[in-house]
Amino acid sequence: MPAMNEMQCDLLVIGSGMAGMAAAMFAGQHHIDTVQVGITGEINFASGLLDVLGVHPQDQGIPWEDPWAGIRQLIKDTPDHPYARLGVDQIQRAMDTCIAFLKSAGLHYTTRHNLNSHIITPAGTVKTTYAVPHSMAAGAQALASKTPTLLVDFHGLKGFSARQIIETAGRRWPGLKQLRLAFPGTRGELYTEHAARSLDLAANRKALADLIRPHLVGAKAVGLPAILGIYRTSEGVTDLEHQLGVPVFEIPTMVPAVTGLRLREAFEQRLPATGIRALYQQKVWDAMVLPNGEFRFSAGGLAPETTIKARGVILASGRFFGKGLRADRSRIREAIFDLPVVQPKKRALWHHKDLLQPSGHPINRAGLETDEHFRPVDEKGQVIHPRLHAVGSILAHQDWIRQKCGSGLSIATAFGAVDAYAQLSRQ
Amino acid sequence: MQTQVLIIGGGATGTGLARDLALRGVSCVLAEKQDINAGASGGNHGLLHSGARYVSSDPASACECKKEGRLLKSLAPHCIEETGGLFVAVEGDDEKYIADFPDICANAGIETHAVDLERAKEMEPALSEKLIAAYAVDDATIDPFKLSLDNIAHAQQLGAILLRHTQVTRFEIHRHRIERVFLRDHVTGKETVMAPEIIVNASGAWAGEVASLAGADIDMVYSKGSLLVTQERISHRVINRLRQPTNGDILVPGGTVSILGTTSERTESPDAIYPAIHEVDHIIEQGAAMMPVLGSTRYIRAYCGVRPLISSGGLTDDRSVSRGFSLIDHGKEDHAVHNFITISGGKLTTFRLMAEKTADLVCRHLNIPEPCRTRTEPLPNTVDARWTEPGLAPNQWIRNNNPEDMLLCECEMVSQSVVDTIVASLRRRQGRPDMKAIGLRSRIGKGPCQGTFCSLRVASYLYDSQAFSGNEGVDQLRTFLQERWRGQRPLLWDMPLVQAELMEAMHCGLYGLELEQ
Repeated sequence: MPAMNEMQCDLLVIGSGMAGMAAAMFAGQHHIDTVQVGITGEINFASGLLDVLGVHPQDQGIPWEDPWAGIRQLIKDTPDHPYARLGVDQIQRAMDTCIAFLKSAGLHYTTRHNLNSHIITPAGTVKTTYAVPHSMAAGAQALASKTPTLLVDFHGLKGFSARQIIETAGRRWPGLKQLRLAFPGTRGELYTEHAARSLDLAANRKALADLIRPHLVGAKAVGLPAILGIYRTSEGVTDLEHQLGVPVFEIPTMVPAVTGLRLREAFEQRLPATGIRALYQQKVWDAMVLPNGEFRFSAGGLAPETTIKARGVILASGRFFGKGLRADRSRIREAIFDLPVVQPKKRALWHHKDLLQPSGHPINRAGLETDEHFRPVDEKGQVIHPRLHAVGSILAHQDWIRQKCGSGLSIATAFGAVDAYAQLSRQ
Repeated sequence: MQTQVLIIGGGATGTGLARDLALRGVSCVLAEKQDINAGASGGNHGLLHSGARYVSSDPASACECKKEGRLLKSLAPHCIEETGGLFVAVEGDDEKYIADFPDICANAGIETHAVDLERAKEMEPALSEKLIAAYAVDDATIDPFKLSLDNIAHAQQLGAILLRHTQVTRFEIHRHRIERVFLRDHVTGKETVMAPEIIVNASGAWAGEVASLAGADIDMVYSKGSLLVTQERISHRVINRLRQPTNGDILVPGGTVSILGTTSERTESPDAIYPAIHEVDHIIEQGAAMMPVLGSTRYIRAYCGVRPLISSGGLTDDRSVSRGFSLIDHGKEDHAVHNFITISGGKLTTFRLMAEKTADLVCRHLNIPEPCRTRTEPLPNTVDARWTEPGLAPNQWIRNNNPEDMLLCECEMVSQSVVDTIVASLRRRQGRPDMKAIGLRSRIGKGPCQGTFCSLRVASYLYDSQAFSGNEGVDQLRTFLQERWRGQRPLLWDMPLVQAELMEAMHCGLYGLELEQ
């Protein structure tokens, strides 16, 4: 058996979804000696849109124009929601910090004067979100002002039909026209990542602009599926706008999408520069608390290969899709420490018979209960370990999917937990 | 719309009857309020019984099963896989039942062969180590969707008309005859009136409701049975538990998967039935006693049907109700309706016989001396029904090797060209293409992702091919996903729960389908 690598750190961040990335980022800004572990996968499924709060109360499906007013109401109505541990100012600061960080990594986001924006989806529905990638901002603007727009789709790109969007959204957004193109140099199925890599190159953008230009007649904007580059998207959008003479924007595609890949690349490339030691090809295999109160983990890809000793932990392992929670036929468990999980009494209560029941499925509110420092607590409210914090979607009493608060929840709780860890460490 | 016979109900019996009548030259319209096999005909094991299961409770049915099973194997081989079957007992099972089984079978004329335990384990490696008895029987499996789709397609070729999503709402009765029938198309909302000579109620579990429209009283017992689909095929043969029929004691291979069932639970109504979580758990526990792997394998889907049983009063166990069928000539009753017939009860295995007996009665009423031809004429293997077969779409796709024919359902490898042919065949029969109908006629949405990815791909493809317009795609997605959800919900633990979370994140988190009420 090969010898295990050994690592020692102050703080171990477990998870590399949005919450884990945000926690590592905040830890870096606090100059905490941090290791981050977690196989990156889930973030590839990100739409790229950063929600903070779209809907509340969810059974009435009411979208908020002002997410901060929505959060104030949410905290008032559901004081056990993780947002209630923070308050609006901290959530705003967390979002601002994260958006600035992503900008420093070359991924630009736009917000609408602190209000929510609305984005058209490939299903032709309208999605309420907070910060939109710069490449999608003109789309929010065009939808809001019903700008006559040419929607471009591509032969071979499955699950993205401009005609579907036009037919479905036609009533709220008249003046849409379809242009179906063959992506230059391809036949058969078109993969978004392949197309995006190709459009990072100016020559390929020119070829695309040349195909679009003759069809611009009357269009005041051009919408495309999210394939405008991976590393130089803003530059690509500006270039196309320059060539076409009208605003150009992206529309999210089915996931996994390049929008998620851009986020992953931005974090993965920028975090090490802030001193984070990252193990993105490894996951935690087992965990124990040593007699001195510190943690010891083994981590690895296909088998344990690294031993990590850490003083404290931020658990950002996600829910079921992220493998932070696991369920068998009778109950839900937390995967690494077997922490207590607040959950419905039995499986029959996990999900409604109706998939789209407006109030949402009770299982989505299952998760970890914490104190005000985001430290998991047991049934009696006792902190389980003084330096074990949990953040993101694994937390109980939220329904990020229906409330449209996924990114905000991840980023803000990571901000709160890292801040609490830093403060408690100083005491 | 002119027709001699109106058939109500598009299950195995109704579609079989349409073909039988059409072969005798009788014109008929089949009205189905949902789609083909929406009731028990689509909610069963797909088991072509040897008869051995019914030997002790219902020897007459057992014998019918045996004869019909043989006939179908020769006439509709493309719908059938001749898997053979085993009856197996494990430690703790009733030893008297085991000991009596071969003789009771022999008395009913059902062949069995004792199988050495070692040999049985070689034949079916997943069998329990606690096996104590095994008998081979002549069970086979049948694809009930292909069967009904082929029956109706052949009937349509011969001139019969199928009205999907069309419900009978009212009968107008004069002098003990149904003079006019009022129907409503649930998609378009259009009302039609018909004046058929004979009306046949083949609506399965809904037979009581339909009969009551004519003032007739049928005392139905609604016995729900739930079944589970595994991700992989567990056995080569049909595996029956060798004991008095009860819950979770049959495992039936179905192409690339296996189906484990069933349960028997009274329900108040045949509508809006769901496989329940306690049923799922019970089936798994029972199945695992026969084959331990059933306790840990991944399940893809649960579904259920309501057995159309006609009560004879004072029942305690619904499995003791005769599985034979009832053919009721309502002209012979107190409140006689002379041109109204009900066919109900029975089993998938005996659907052809039920259709034959019903058609005989219809022809007597109409004074048509034509004999039954479904007993001798093979069931054509039609294009309309072919895509229900697992493996066909991928084989064809690989063989054609056409990069322009892209896969819409990647789990089951169903490509655009398959969707095109299904849409064309629905259109050819004046039907409107909808995602549920396409799902019913293919393997789309039936793999591990249960529609997570393929639903939007199919919807956008249907927009691109001009099949959809306006904002109907949103409703189509909602309806398609809800239909998938009905079968996923009781099985959401481990990986299926992971999959379901992703599905909700996409369809609610990003597309906001729950907000588009």
